Amino acid sequence: MSTNAIDVDVLRETGAGLETEEMTLNMGPQHPSTHGVLRFVVKADGEVMRRAIPDIGYLHRSIEKIAEKVGYHGFMPYTDRVDYVSAMQCNQGWAMACEKLAGIEVPRRGEYCRVIACEFGRLASHLLSVGATGMDIGAVTPFTHAIREREYINDILEELCGARLTFNYMRIGGCAWDIPPGFVKRAFAYLDRFEPLIDEYNELISFNKIYVERLANVAPVSPQQAIAWNLVGPNLRGSGVRYDVRKDVPYSAYPEFEFDVPVGTGERGTLGDSYDRYMVRMREMKESCKILRQALAGLPAGPVVAKVARTFRPPAGHVYVRVEASRGDMGWFVVSDGTAFPARVHIRTGSFAAMAAIEEMSKGLMIADLVAVIATLDIVAPEVDR
Amino acid sequence: MDAVEIHRRLRERFGSAVSADLQAADWSTCAVEGQSIAAVCALLRDDPELGFDCLSNLSAVDCKKDDTIEVYYHLLSYRHRHQIVLRAATPRPDPILPTVTHLWPIADWLEREAFDLMGVRFTGHPDLRRILMPEDWVGHPLRKDFVEPDEYHGISTRRESLLKL
Repeated sequence: MSTNAIDVDVLRETGAGLETEEMTLNMGPQHPSTHGVLRFVVKADGEVMRRAIPDIGYLHRSIEKIAEKVGYHGFMPYTDRVDYVSAMQCNQGWAMACEKLAGIEVPRRGEYCRVIACEFGRLASHLLSVGATGMDIGAVTPFTHAIREREYINDILEELCGARLTFNYMRIGGCAWDIPPGFVKRAFAYLDRFEPLIDEYNELISFNKIYVERLANVAPVSPQQAIAWNLVGPNLRGSGVRYDVRKDVPYSAYPEFEFDVPVGTGERGTLGDSYDRYMVRMREMKESCKILRQALAGLPAGPVVAKVARTFRPPAGHVYVRVEASRGDMGWFVVSDGTAFPARVHIRTGSFAAMAAIEEMSKGLMIADLVAVIATLDIVAPEVDR
Repeated sequence: MDAVEIHRRLRERFGSAVSADLQAADWSTCAVEGQSIAAVCALLRDDPELGFDCLSNLSAVDCKKDDTIEVYYHLLSYRHRHQIVLRAATPRPDPILPTVTHLWPIADWLEREAFDLMGVRFTGHPDLRRILMPEDWVGHPLRKDFVEPDEYHGISTRRESLLKL
């Protein structure tokens, strides 16, 4: 025992044999908590990451190249696959870009149908996000609660358009189908059920001490950093920047509805930490319910789709349309050369920017916190790669 | 600040390197000479009244007809809530533009994407390598004249028509 003590003392003085080597760890592409196929190369010093380098492209399906081959109408089902967790807003982004190029006005009922579809889509997407956040950091039960509700919302969307995941609901000029009989009543009934469940979910997990400890103060992002990294949507608002495309660049029927834009305040730790990003999503679900109630109550009469030529040839030009998707400001850049096929389509998604930010955000974090960062940034891998 | 005023200020400083481009259907666009793009962006970001603190998007477009590649920069200002598009053309056989990664960190990945899919080289970029395609891929797939290779590492990209089976 005494010799050991001497050895330790000697080591302490010289430091010999105590330095640790930097480890290079591979995480993914098939890792259960990376929400799709993506890979990180982690440079770690023990449990602490020096940096985590994202390696993307495993889900690159060249959707942008496909757009140049299939034409404007034909591209609509492909937009579902850009972000298949909340496909409605992708539909809307593409439809709005085409409408802006050709100067088409969408009937008011069509806009309302779009808002209803998109906000149910946002609920479904945020439910998956907050549920998966719990599961990634070790709380499995809340995920089942979130998925149960997501299934009900999928039922509602199925009633609207016949599909549960890749909807293909919108068309250039409006929506494919009108709202079915009895839908409004059932949607209201579901909202009556769902709204109290948000509070229940909060009590179940959001204010749980272990949960808060795992998320608070983890990877805080300052407002300046969030803007420079082009973080968008709930990630940007989690850092306290009150910016929502639905409010600040109003589109569709959103100016007609009253809703708040929740932002992070650093309520349990630092401003812009993982907990703030998580809570912004919880609060946004309440706001979506508010919008849904107003839209369902004030549904105007009339057609849902404008008359659009079957061979769609918009005039030459370029547009950059932004919609507030579930993962934030989604930019659709479309170049037309006057033919029936777009010359170029580029989709700038929220997850792409969030992935790019991870390398900086991960410096000095514990390895176990990397999954919390991925989960609260709400990264959906197909949206990164397109 | 509206686009006309932003354009006037850029003209004042850079002269004929910047010109208004009215073919846009949506955001107002300025055409900028390729070599000046980094300097124009620096002014747009650092002038407190312009204050473009966010590069929202960067897209490369293959204009085979004109034998150029055009790169579009969509800039946003969260501070002043205004926006502008810059368009820089560069020759198609050898597309080179100065990088803007030192101004907006997001440009790192956006420029890598433009390099990977369209072959635009950004001088001064710290780590310009492929991002979506495999590292050993040949060619830039979003070019209009890109031909898909018949095989990749012995994996065929062709298959027989169902009718011929």
